[in-house]
Amino acid sequence: MATSTTALEAIDVTGPTSQPPGPGIVYQWLTTVDHKKIGLMYIVYALLFLVIAGVQAMLMRIQLAVPNNHFVSPQTFNRLFTMHGTTMIFFVAVPVLFGFGNYLIPLMIGARDMAFPRLNAFSFWLSAFGGVLLYLSYFAGSGLYGAGSAPDVGWFAYAPLTSKVFSPGHSTDYWTLAVLLSGIGTTGTAVNIVATALCMRCKGMTLNRMPLLVWLYTVASCMVFVVVSPLSAAQIMLCLDRYLGSHFFDTQAGGSAVLWMHFFWIFGHPEVYILILPTFAFINEIVPVFSRKAIFGYPAMVAASVGIGFVSLSVWAHHMFTVGMGPAGNTFFVFATMVVSVPTGIKMFNWLATIWGGKVIYRVPMLFSVGFLFQFLIAGLTGIMLSSAPFDWQLSASYFVVAHFHYVIVGGIMFSLFAAFYYWYPKMTGRMMDETLGKWHFWLFVIGFHLTFDFMHIPGLLGMPRRVYTYEAGRGWEVWNFIVGIGAIVQGIATLIFVYNLIHSYFRGKEAGPDPWDAWTLEWATTSPPPDYNFAMEPTATSARPLWDLKHPDDQDSSYE
Amino acid sequence: MTQTNAIPISADEQPWVLPDKGIVGMWCLIAAEAAIFLIFVVAYLYYLGKSLSGPTPAQVLELPILGTICLLSSSLTVHAAVTALRRADVRRCSLALGATVALGSIFLLTTAQEWHHLIYEVGLTIQTNLFGTTYFSLVGLHATHVIIGLLLLSAVLLFSLGGHVTAHHAERLEVLSLYWHFVDAVWIVVFLVVYVIGR
Repeated sequence: MATSTTALEAIDVTGPTSQPPGPGIVYQWLTTVDHKKIGLMYIVYALLFLVIAGVQAMLMRIQLAVPNNHFVSPQTFNRLFTMHGTTMIFFVAVPVLFGFGNYLIPLMIGARDMAFPRLNAFSFWLSAFGGVLLYLSYFAGSGLYGAGSAPDVGWFAYAPLTSKVFSPGHSTDYWTLAVLLSGIGTTGTAVNIVATALCMRCKGMTLNRMPLLVWLYTVASCMVFVVVSPLSAAQIMLCLDRYLGSHFFDTQAGGSAVLWMHFFWIFGHPEVYILILPTFAFINEIVPVFSRKAIFGYPAMVAASVGIGFVSLSVWAHHMFTVGMGPAGNTFFVFATMVVSVPTGIKMFNWLATIWGGKVIYRVPMLFSVGFLFQFLIAGLTGIMLSSAPFDWQLSASYFVVAHFHYVIVGGIMFSLFAAFYYWYPKMTGRMMDETLGKWHFWLFVIGFHLTFDFMHIPGLLGMPRRVYTYEAGRGWEVWNFIVGIGAIVQGIATLIFVYNLIHSYFRGKEAGPDPWDAWTLEWATTSPPPDYNFAMEPTATSARPLWDLKHPDDQDSSYE
Repeated sequence: MTQTNAIPISADEQPWVLPDKGIVGMWCLIAAEAAIFLIFVVAYLYYLGKSLSGPTPAQVLELPILGTICLLSSSLTVHAAVTALRRADVRRCSLALGATVALGSIFLLTTAQEWHHLIYEVGLTIQTNLFGTTYFSLVGLHATHVIIGLLLLSAVLLFSLGGHVTAHHAERLEVLSLYWHFVDAVWIVVFLVVYVIGR
């Protein structure tokens, strides 16, 4: 792709920055308040936990690959699925998305840092210590007599299993406190993102010129306030129950186990949208650049995102159809859940319309984006199936549900994240990621993904419940579980290639230059990696695509606004 | 959209005004805190009358009139402090801050007195029944926020007595006053839920 450096020099004339070598670097990273360094720390931290939680997933799939297997003990298996879920949501997905947000938002709006840099560092370290605390449970979970163990109550930790009577020792306390810490850190970062987007924009960047990525992060952050706080409140209640002997979720004193379910899912379901909105944001940036067209329907995209944000706050109890909420409750939540698919559909069609008629360039970021579009569609369709209460009564807590939400999280969120890695890696490190390795990664991951999660629906339909430790032969589940296991291994290999590519390209990758993709948002107007102060001069936005205007003075976007 | 054409944005002529980040940040924090309180309020209302044993709210709770009057009027005094500081009247600002801290402290004392009465004379603790569980956690959560607010206000009061506060800090004091107004507003909800509806 052509890069027009002359246009870029109009904005920025900064030279490459050099870092002082030696032990000072460690101190510099530990004490930094720079949004780019904090963003990178978030991302690296999340990748470490991704590998850990990925290994846990592998161990579970090996255990389930053949019937009557005893590869791990039942106790270990319970800990594995609890730690896998908790880690993936709270210490992989949230930090990696906030890492990208931290890195990109100030750059995209032409600011020098986030609104509250020290709050930013504080939030990061809180989340980081939350993850460390969770894994300390392996060494100290059951108290001081040596034999520690991790929490085993499942990632949504239903009451009354979490009460002191049924979960003695400290393993559940580790879970509660780690999630509480992560929640406070998440809220801090969300405050920061909203304040940054509203108060730090460069001259001319009105709200209707703000990059869609920033818009979607803002919507997701606003959701964090009303969604993560209920979880924090519920964790405080659980702590009070376990430490001070209160009775919030103590059924023997009249407390309600269903109340915990409500509180958890008031967080739990919108959380999925908090995760998916930033990944929509990546697709919003990547698809136009690789289709060589401006995004189709910018205002509709913003409206749809806000719509998703609002509607998703009233769908939580579709996780609880089997509890018995009565016809009125069921009908409401069925309807609300189905309504979410409307704004999501608008987004889907807008992306297709952006690609339509464009000169599509199939580099690795675009490959992953196309994978995202296809798989997220299927994930959404099984979601609509499950939103119907009678269907859900049959399949709740079966492998069909597991397959559905992994389709969303792996097929949607992970694919879009991989696209974001390949797309912004040049900006973050100054070097391109290797294209051949990237294609190997993509195709292996696609094959592995579909082997695992397409075929995982079938044992669900055949009645295999989730979280079972092992199963009898002759129920028709063996073949499917074996294929699922093979797919998991293929995905594991693909992920290893990805990690190798990350490290390899950091040292051997091709020099990227400031704007390797010929893109249009402001982060590409500064050097790769950007200097500490981001922009030597404050940029001015003349339209939603400020760099396009600079590169094409005779055909400015601003003349169409 | 057409309007932007008519009025091209030029860096020299038009001032580029964005909202104050402290105020925006505080509103975000208030939204998050409000959600936490909402969950505790829901738990309180959900467990009303579901305790398996006594005592019940009607038997042991008295309307905290004095504390409520003090806390609500402290919203007025903190507002007066911000207004005074805007006019660079530091003396008046210190006075109003002092009054706010005093009123907030009286409120805390009345809460402490009530808790002492409940725990030592009635024998109601967080472990007694669902009423004790929800009452102490909701009122305790609010009292924690009052304590945090009082600590921050006292810090500002000390600074202003030491002569370190000027009219430049009016915006920052306004951020703090927003938090204090929020704590007061939450008390109105807690008052209604615990002492009016709950009895």
